Amino acid sequence: MSDCYINGIASISAQPTTDPDTFLEDIISHKESIFRSHDPNYKEFIKPAAMRRMSKSVKMGVTAASMALNNSGVDMPDAIITGTGMGCKQDSEKFLENVLNNDEQFLTPTLFIQSTHNTVGGQVALGLGCKAYNVTYVQGAASFEASVMDAQLMLSEESGKNILVGGIDEVAKNSTLLHKLDGQIKDDDINVIDLLDSETSGTVASEGATFMVLGGQKTEKSIAKLIDVETVSAAKPDEIKIYIEKFITQNKLSIDDIDAVVLGNNGDVIYDNYYKNLQSSIFSKIEQLGYKHLIGDYHVASSFGFWLGCKVFKTNHVPDVLKVNDITAKKYDNILLYNQYLGKNHSIALLQRC
Amino acid sequence: MNKGIAITGMGIISSIGNTVEENLNALKSVSPGISRIEMLKTRHKDQIMVGEIKKTNDDLEKQLGLEPLHSFSRTAMIGTIAAKEALQDAQISDVNEYRTGFVSGTSVGGMDTTEKHYLGYTEIEDNRRFIQAQHAGFTTQSISNYLGINGYVSTISTACSSAANAIMLGARMIKAGKIDRMIVGGTDALSKFTINGFGTLMILSDSECTPFDDNRKGLNLGEAAAFLVLESDAVVEKENKKVLGRVAGWANANDAYHQTASSSDGEGAFLAMNEALRIADITADDIDYVNAHGTATPNNDLSEGVAMTRIFGEEKAPVFSSTKAFTGHTLAAAGSVEAVYSLLSLRENLIFPNLNFKSKMKEFSLVPQTELVSKEIKTILSNSFGFGGNCSTLIFTK
Repeated sequence: MSDCYINGIASISAQPTTDPDTFLEDIISHKESIFRSHDPNYKEFIKPAAMRRMSKSVKMGVTAASMALNNSGVDMPDAIITGTGMGCKQDSEKFLENVLNNDEQFLTPTLFIQSTHNTVGGQVALGLGCKAYNVTYVQGAASFEASVMDAQLMLSEESGKNILVGGIDEVAKNSTLLHKLDGQIKDDDINVIDLLDSETSGTVASEGATFMVLGGQKTEKSIAKLIDVETVSAAKPDEIKIYIEKFITQNKLSIDDIDAVVLGNNGDVIYDNYYKNLQSSIFSKIEQLGYKHLIGDYHVASSFGFWLGCKVFKTNHVPDVLKVNDITAKKYDNILLYNQYLGKNHSIALLQRC
Repeated sequence: MNKGIAITGMGIISSIGNTVEENLNALKSVSPGISRIEMLKTRHKDQIMVGEIKKTNDDLEKQLGLEPLHSFSRTAMIGTIAAKEALQDAQISDVNEYRTGFVSGTSVGGMDTTEKHYLGYTEIEDNRRFIQAQHAGFTTQSISNYLGINGYVSTISTACSSAANAIMLGARMIKAGKIDRMIVGGTDALSKFTINGFGTLMILSDSECTPFDDNRKGLNLGEAAAFLVLESDAVVEKENKKVLGRVAGWANANDAYHQTASSSDGEGAFLAMNEALRIADITADDIDYVNAHGTATPNNDLSEGVAMTRIFGEEKAPVFSSTKAFTGHTLAAAGSVEAVYSLLSLRENLIFPNLNFKSKMKEFSLVPQTELVSKEIKTILSNSFGFGGNCSTLIFTK
């Protein structure tokens, strides 16, 4: 397999993460179980006329894409691959409610046009005038990783390409609230910073977008090498342990080579067992980092882990707020990411200093 | 020529039949499946024509042996039926014998259940298990769980080109040796959401659709699911598998023109066809038949037709037809429905007709094939285009 480098990355999340010179020094403390992203100044990236029609997903996506491209020095990508769990949920929800509440009458096309899952991918392509390969993956918590896998496959076919890969998900008022009814989101508001110590089921929901530019060649902008990514649709906790061990071996490393693990613990007392089972066994001697007590959970929240890994390589430093055990690595060369949601759509990824 | 990736099984359910053979019989006897709406509750049922599968959700549950409290959305149920047939056709009994993946294309996923229960979730607790169905990947996982596939499972949602992109991904992953076997295709059930969405765009026809006709009025929506089994040559050889055909070329390009409309010069479609020919390592002259996207909207047929004249030359265009007048436009499933029809064309040496065509379009001299004809066919090009500027082309060979 050919090499894959992260040559640019940007993330919009519920924390101030768009300033390249900071790394989670100032934390916003969220107190509700559903909270929104911390928005950059979208006007710097999107013309006002275009912005009026844009839903949150499109604004976040187009902006993060633009930041990642700037960051990488690539003007025109050779492919645009996006991942999203719920797609443009705000416009879908509004259109659906209009259909249901007005007995299928008095409808206008704009909401429907912007409701498709590939709206962000299409809008990024339109904005850039990019006629290249364009695909959108919609696979729950593995949506972003499915996109990364496609990009990696594409670089193995043609290593000269620069590929824009992104994950986007937004909060939609009523559809997100429904996740309280079926137990995906905690009933009561909590101090989100304490999320990982929660003793109840469900998690907290938010939104965000992470885009990165992947290339087959190391450039002066390269931040990290993406060694491998794998997704597993369904597995039990002990099976996941085997998957991870196999994944590390396949990439010719041993567990001792891993300097830090970035985990997707989301404070759901039932499903966090997937992480805890690893934290107390194969990861017990490794520095462990968490992030969902800062940015909440959503289908592409795991993309934030990629941003985090890149930041650690860049700064050689892990902010205390991310640490979930007492171990501090001596160096950061190999960072392993693992995430799952409701025991499904597991993803394992390995980043390396380059 | 690129040898391509082997296709060893196929399955389909559409408005013209519940199995591959039923679909073939309907195509051969020229029996289209376009009717008024009978299954779905909508105030538009007497205003538009659709390609509807004439089975209730209860029928589908029974066919799959699902308990009412474990039933799926309609999209997932028809998807399961088609994927199951594809696995049987490929004579696969143990899905985990080789590294096996599953990729499904869908546009709205479980919207049919979401719109049914959305306003009542607060009151009716039993229905809350469908809340997750508003997420399209949930539909795919309902199918993959039923089939017992637990490894690589993914959903592609690029509107009406989704299934074509799923087939493309499967071929690429097998070619790269990442996986041994892929079940790929798409599924979409009719929903009020889609009917009203396309209704607001004013592109639904109130009568049978007429692809590539100068007086075309718009499309008929349809529902369908179709899946193919792709396998590596190593598996084919080891298991001595019959090969139905090969997917030898694939490409995806973006029109980058408008969120929903296609450009008048068909740039995205042109780029996709051109690149697919390059991947297949053949020239436009090698194409014996084009299964066109041909939705019968004024915009699509013009854009696609112009792109075809750019690829083949207006005078040299191969025989082409759109089968949308049989099935309706089955949205995300269209690419795999038409892949099944392309494989049947290769097997039977038949070209299925473009129904309801009367008058040639003003803009070019292209005329689709309007009768069922027998012709030796070795290579077929199939197009699928969707919102977001997505244009995909697949090339199938014998």
